Amino acid sequence: MNGGGFRRLRAIARKERLHIVRDPSTLFFAVFLPVLELFMLGYAIDTNVRHVRTIVFDEARTQESRSLLLRFTNSEDFRIVGEVFTDRDLAQALVSGRARVGIKIPEAYSRRVQSGRTGQVLILVDGSESSVAAEAVNVGGAIALSESLERLLEGRRMPVEARPRVLFNPDTRSANFFIPGLMVVLCQMMATMLSANAVVREKERGTLEQLFMTPVRAGELILGKMLPYLGLVLAEFCMIGLLMVIGFGVPVHGNFFTLLIIALPFYLSMIGLGLAISTRAQTRDASMQMTIATILPSMFLSGYVFPLDSMPRPFWLLAQAIPTTWMIDVARGVILRGAGWADLWMHAMVLTAQAVVLLAISAVLFRKRLT
Amino acid sequence: MIAEAPAAPVIDARDVTIRFGRLTAVDGVNLAVGHGEVFGLLGPNGSGKTTLIRALCGLIPLAGGSARVLGRDAMRESDAVRAGIGYMSQKFALYEDLTAQENLDFYSGIYGLNASQARERQAELVEEVGLAPHLNKRGAHLSGGWKQRLALACALLHRPRLVFLDEPTAGIDPVARRDLWDLLFRLSAQDVTLFVTTHYMDEAERCGRVAYLYLGRLLAMGTPDDLTRWPGVTPAGSRRVEILGDDPAAIFERLRDRAGIGQVTIFGRSVRAVVDAGISDRSLSDELHGAEVRPTWPTLEDVFVTLARAREAGGSS
Repeated sequence: MNGGGFRRLRAIARKERLHIVRDPSTLFFAVFLPVLELFMLGYAIDTNVRHVRTIVFDEARTQESRSLLLRFTNSEDFRIVGEVFTDRDLAQALVSGRARVGIKIPEAYSRRVQSGRTGQVLILVDGSESSVAAEAVNVGGAIALSESLERLLEGRRMPVEARPRVLFNPDTRSANFFIPGLMVVLCQMMATMLSANAVVREKERGTLEQLFMTPVRAGELILGKMLPYLGLVLAEFCMIGLLMVIGFGVPVHGNFFTLLIIALPFYLSMIGLGLAISTRAQTRDASMQMTIATILPSMFLSGYVFPLDSMPRPFWLLAQAIPTTWMIDVARGVILRGAGWADLWMHAMVLTAQAVVLLAISAVLFRKRLT
Repeated sequence: MIAEAPAAPVIDARDVTIRFGRLTAVDGVNLAVGHGEVFGLLGPNGSGKTTLIRALCGLIPLAGGSARVLGRDAMRESDAVRAGIGYMSQKFALYEDLTAQENLDFYSGIYGLNASQARERQAELVEEVGLAPHLNKRGAHLSGGWKQRLALACALLHRPRLVFLDEPTAGIDPVARRDLWDLLFRLSAQDVTLFVTTHYMDEAERCGRVAYLYLGRLLAMGTPDDLTRWPGVTPAGSRRVEILGDDPAAIFERLRDRAGIGQVTIFGRSVRAVVDAGISDRSLSDELHGAEVRPTWPTLEDVFVTLARAREAGGSS
């Protein structure tokens, strides 16, 4: 790039910075909305299943049945919210949503247990919330198993005991798991939308037409527009990182600077995506809709919400093509597992390659629009 | 009635044809604009004026013909062409959230001026267009006339030898309009070539030469004087008159459907019409209760209306 090219680039970057500063609604949108969302989502999301509302129908009313129910109460997973005395009421409590789990201990329970036959306990689980259902089934099974073992062993010690230790997130707090991903996705949305708007706004106001009549080149225009927004997005990324540590107490085990460097190609990709959108959208409303259309797959297929490991193969492959998948893995790696360059160089390379491809595509689309 | 090309033209368009899909927006246009000319391009909305300008700036590929601007191919050497031209559009195409000074700074950078060049040139232009009191106002807060002056200043920062002005005076008040034209003539005196599109006939009459573009085809080109003297405007065996009476609307109604009289239009307090030789001024005056009837020349508007009607009727000019 010659001296004139550099001057053009600098003029565009400066002008774009003025647009950012002069437009309070964009600034508000860019800076405060992600923070607001962080607090809303950060506090609301808790995937750990605790205190599931449980209704009890104890037909036996014996010492054995009470000791079994005590186990359920002590597990912290279940919270007994009431007692019923007929099968109909038990079913009704689940249908109405008053309880998610219903436990029925039949009248014959104690007799059967004492006579060495199998004492059956009915656990009704509301399957409309799949994570709650799965947890209730598991814990219910485990409680029955430990109750059985204790009866069989009659006070002798357990032959085997599993001692699970959850690494990196010992309390299995969902905030620790979600916020690194949330940080990536929020800034991604901001990067794509701001860069799409930056071009579409000029289209709407007719200023792009005027620019096309000048010697400015597509590359200079793209780069000049990208730089201020890249700076803004990275600043926002750091701010959310800070809030994550201070506001949510999520410790950063690795080097935040490493994370920031790997985030650079990722956000370049997302700004490139915004530019590609801007070549199609004629109004800011249209560009907003298209941006959201790109955000959804990167939220649901990237492992941000649903674990990648349980995805069917075709979707898993699709997920690998989405930059967000790699970036979220980097964010969780650095923040939760303390991963460094030795673990993440592959991610950095993939993200860089994706950035190069996306930017090349959007530059070609943009140049086509120019002529 | 196409005038011959000037020597060493600044714009040299030959057989320029532009298509959008199946629509032909500009059809076989030939025009040449010489150094320092003030060239006016007229035509109704949608006739292809803006499209033609965009093609001359190398923004739209030609479906046929060739366009050379400042001696270079408009499409293949568009970078060099755009570095030598200025462009100002009907719509305010600068940044409303930036001040006048910031807009000037931005375009100084866009045209690759260094800091001292920019300072010097901006001072000249601010002086020239009288923008000094408004430099710190945002674009959005400038009135229409000042917006256009600022746009003109931005388009002139790089000392272009050719400036395209696409309806530069649309929607600004008459005083600002006259001021802008005074500025344009001063530019023209500095050897800058001006290519202006307009709807206003009085502006067309200020141009050195005008061309009339209708539905993508160039129907006429020449000096305003040449065009108004064109014999085709007033059919053989008829003459053009101006009728002055107390009630122009009543005269218009009376003459509109009368045999032997055509092209009746109200023009301020008078009515203009084309009258057959068989009807004398005297008899016409008597018919209109003694209104004054006097001979007149066709205006540029008469010329363009005649050309457009002839074109619609399937004739060729």
